[in-house]
Amino acid sequence: MTDRPAPESGWFADVDAETLEGSSAAVEAGTADAPADWPALAVESGFAADESDYYEKLRAATLDAARREVRERERADDKQLVHAVRAMDDAERTANELAERLAEWAGTLYDDAGVGIEGARELADSDPQTPLEERVVSFADRISGLADERDELRAFIEERAPAVAPNLAEMAGPVLAARLVALAGGLEPLAKKPSGTVQVLGAEDALFAHLKGRGSSPKHGIIYVHDYVRGTHPEHRGSAARAFAGKLSIAARIDHYSGEFKPEVHEELRERMETIRAREVGE
Amino acid sequence: MTDLPAGVERRTFDGRERLATRGETVYGEPRDDDGWRAWDAGRSKLGAMFEYEMDTGLAGGESVLYLGAASGTTVSHVADFAGPTYAVEFAARPVRDLVGVAEARANLFPLLKDARKPETYAHVVESDLDCIVQDVATRGQATVANRNRQFLADDGRLLAAFKARSEDVVADPDEVFEGVLDELSEAYEILETTRLDRFHDDHLGVVARPR
Repeated sequence: MTDRPAPESGWFADVDAETLEGSSAAVEAGTADAPADWPALAVESGFAADESDYYEKLRAATLDAARREVRERERADDKQLVHAVRAMDDAERTANELAERLAEWAGTLYDDAGVGIEGARELADSDPQTPLEERVVSFADRISGLADERDELRAFIEERAPAVAPNLAEMAGPVLAARLVALAGGLEPLAKKPSGTVQVLGAEDALFAHLKGRGSSPKHGIIYVHDYVRGTHPEHRGSAARAFAGKLSIAARIDHYSGEFKPEVHEELRERMETIRAREVGE
Repeated sequence: MTDLPAGVERRTFDGRERLATRGETVYGEPRDDDGWRAWDAGRSKLGAMFEYEMDTGLAGGESVLYLGAASGTTVSHVADFAGPTYAVEFAARPVRDLVGVAEARANLFPLLKDARKPETYAHVVESDLDCIVQDVATRGQATVANRNRQFLADDGRLLAAFKARSEDVVADPDEVFEGVLDELSEAYEILETTRLDRFHDDHLGVVARPR
């Protein structure tokens, strides 16, 4: 347990002035409603001898906190994103399955029972009249809660993916970016995959069927859900998927090795897609 | 011609006059024998604002909150001529580089924080700052500026570079900027705006002071 400083106090409130013990935790986890003249307050409270002593201590604390937090975040973030996207998919699949069961059950009791998650949500809001209806409504309520959890997970991914992989998230959208990271098993493995592999990630069944001599080679995997692929005429979809996957690999590499947002890559892809989409059909 | 702050000069590198500050090199920029290193306006929105001779109100030695410090390219130059400089950046990977930049500078304090949530660093960053420099490439750039207004002294300055594509990739930049300035006016009086097109496509440099 770390003692958080009171909201109105600075980061140094509970920090040992000599050893700076606890300083990086205070910088990392602390909060305040508003800033204050911290240098003066620190001198007043005896934490620092004078202003320059305060800045020296602040520098040591912020450097230490930044180093530790970077280490922690870099180790954990892409893995957390992978867990979140898998949890979201499980929540969605399970909610839909349960909603089917509910629809079957509720159909025997109510004439106007809706189907799917929307049906479950409507039913969850209704007032049960009998012990039997109580069970059905409670069941519907669980499904609605699970669907809420899926939405929360999606919101979490949308917020977190741009921090983990800014270029990938900008290019693919946060959820597809998270799925690609999940399919590859992490940002580093994704960054190390050739773009041809990225192109068919999520289409492994079709790919192996093709390698065994059954069927044609898949043109796209999960990236199909993106408008760049799905919104392109089927005749040019292969080119679109190849161009898109190429830039996605570059984005993943930038995100893994540098982490800085690079607007040029996105501009290049936009231009490339315009060229592909401008091609005549049947040329 | 607007004066550059003390600590920022025009120096000649390879026969070309460029902005420069004095300090340790950070990103492979040229450095002359007197310790001045070139400030690449093509890689720095604030550098571009100086190149466009915007009236930043900076004289040198200011206390600064820098939002969107990334790996520290621009903030390293700021710390060279400013006083205490708080550098906020939310992405972990660039902060790794930012820490390296801060290690070579006594007045630079790196903070791995989300600029949209000032309450998470208000216990560290002091009040009554002279200047906020903002270069965040996220949607809601005006909201970020407004939320951070609380750190600024009444006569302080906001020096912001707004990126049209961060708000909306397809909309006309002029319309995007109009919306951004509208929202910004809730907390700031806008003193000057200039498109930074010569160095950065679809970016608007803004000088403003708290209302």
